[in-house]
Amino acid sequence: MNRMMRHYLFWPLCVLGALLLFNLLYSPDFFSIVLRDGHLYGSLIDILNFGAPLVLVAIGMTLVIATKGIDLSVGSIVAISGAIACLSISKGSDQSSLGLVMTAILSSLALSLVLGLWNGFLVAGAGIQPIIATLILMVAGRGIAQLVTSGQIITVDSSTYEYIGAGSLATLPFSIFIVAAMLIVALLLTRKTALGLFIESVGSNPTASRLAGIRSNMVIMSVYIFCGLCAGIAGLLLSSNVSSADGNNAGLWYELDAILAVVIGGTSLNGGRFYLMGTVIGALIIQTLTTTIYMIGVPPEITLVVKSVVVLAVCLIQSETFRSTIMTRWKTRNYPGEKEVVRHVP
Amino acid sequence: MSLNRKFIPILVTFGLFVVMFAAGSFRYTGFFSLQVLMNLLIDNAFLLITAVGMSFVILSGGIDLSVGSIIALTTMVSASLVQQQGWPPVVVIPLVLVMGAVFGYGMGAIIHYFKIQPFIVTLAGMFLARGLCYVISIDTITIDNAFYTSVAQTKIHLPGGSFVSISVIIALVVIAAAIYIAHYTRFGRNVYALGGSEQSALLMGLPVARTKILVYTLSGFCSALAGVVFTFYMLSGYGLHAVGLELDTIAAVVIGGTLLTGGVGYVIGTFFGVMIQGIIQTIISFEGTLSSWWTKIVIGLLLFFFILLQRLLIARRSTLKL
Repeated sequence: MNRMMRHYLFWPLCVLGALLLFNLLYSPDFFSIVLRDGHLYGSLIDILNFGAPLVLVAIGMTLVIATKGIDLSVGSIVAISGAIACLSISKGSDQSSLGLVMTAILSSLALSLVLGLWNGFLVAGAGIQPIIATLILMVAGRGIAQLVTSGQIITVDSSTYEYIGAGSLATLPFSIFIVAAMLIVALLLTRKTALGLFIESVGSNPTASRLAGIRSNMVIMSVYIFCGLCAGIAGLLLSSNVSSADGNNAGLWYELDAILAVVIGGTSLNGGRFYLMGTVIGALIIQTLTTTIYMIGVPPEITLVVKSVVVLAVCLIQSETFRSTIMTRWKTRNYPGEKEVVRHVP
Repeated sequence: MSLNRKFIPILVTFGLFVVMFAAGSFRYTGFFSLQVLMNLLIDNAFLLITAVGMSFVILSGGIDLSVGSIIALTTMVSASLVQQQGWPPVVVIPLVLVMGAVFGYGMGAIIHYFKIQPFIVTLAGMFLARGLCYVISIDTITIDNAFYTSVAQTKIHLPGGSFVSISVIIALVVIAAAIYIAHYTRFGRNVYALGGSEQSALLMGLPVARTKILVYTLSGFCSALAGVVFTFYMLSGYGLHAVGLELDTIAAVVIGGTLLTGGVGYVIGTFFGVMIQGIIQTIISFEGTLSSWWTKIVIGLLLFFFILLQRLLIARRSTLKL
């Protein structure tokens, strides 16, 4: 039992379980999944489908945070990637043609790789603090996305493109498979090769790892590129789900949600240790929370207050000082004798 | 004349401002006037006040992401109390100022006592303040209170036919006070010491806890004051006011030559950082054909340029030391 409680997934899973249980008690048909025209429908499927972009972004963010960095530009990359894809599709004569959609997807993915490379270059090459280096793209990126879309919402009418975010494979939404594929790639790369170890080593001490023979800069560079790619795919999912690109609002505040998911999943912001599965659970918790708040009829805007309280609570629990303060309080309350201080009277 | 290296960023900022203003004056008719300069102040008074608070935070080596949300919360609380509850502005304005300061105090205390990164605490503060706005109302509350409208419409005429608003006076007073506090008081020196090295500040016996918490309190207070000015400017309260302002503010401080690692910088630099952002917007609106999104791209590029400049200066200093 004790070993189970120590497991890093224990608390995140408890929270997720509690949320689901609450939903079950509140509305019993929460868990009902129906099969209609070969597609599965239900709240649980919705959570997976709508949470897919967040899970993707959060996976990339986990690796960045593991190197003691942070990527604030993911929301902007989401917007840019969706905008580029929709723009190139909307220019084609036959919007559903496979070739056109593939070109659009590949060009926006290539661009997100470049944007990730830019972040990585600033952090590893120029040695700028990650918060600030990615802040540049966060500010300028939204401008670029709005420039691409000319400030309007570009709508596309392409059944092929729509399949990515809204289509379904084997009765499940296709987006789930994309996320699963990326997750498996990330898990294999970090847990079956030495890369994961390198990332953790760089996160704890970049200089020491460089002296030990790890090319720290390359590792840092590659996690930012990976994070950019994840955000790019998330942008495709989001824009294809609604068949439109909105440079202003797509991916707004995604960076905050992604960081929150990573922190809930047990990854410390101090770097050096990361849990990809924890992040996935964290992202699902956020999505379930949002869905729950919608369902119980509370205005969706309250989500922000709830999220902020969750962030603070999780951070406080992670804080060594906070825990020791609470423990001392609790102990001195139970043993009042320890409270007595011998006063030195001059 | 040997130039002190710590003045280079601020001189670059000032030079850039002059070049941009000169370029605008040559290119567009009607650009070269006192009123255009005054409009920079009128339209950016709230940004100036926020950036002053942020300067102290960044000088101390921290960061405050909650400023934009606190501004929105201030407009929202003022609007709902004045408009819906009918409270007099004399009570409401001090109340929201205290509220902002308490908000900042709380964040500072958590940052210091529980040793959580300022970035994450103020992020939570940002969510919280934005969320509280929506708890009050999700719609815009328009203010037609006599006091607010009269303050908003008052024009203070200057010699030469130009005018400024009351907000500009508030902003200039804040700037003057901040210059005094930062460079001529014990608190100001403590902030610089804290930003230089927290360990050393602690070993020197400086009141690290008090300084750190006060810095965030000051930033919260400045944001609330900026919110009051913003209420005069917009005459409404809305939960989506000042979205993304924290980034503009950080950009202004950085462009103003303050080192993001803390300890180096001048309040007057922040003033010119804000003015540069304002003049970019003015040039873009004079150009007419350029879309306003270019503002963000240009600010991003400037941010990049100034950060690289800072890196170069630091690199040179550390090689000199060796």
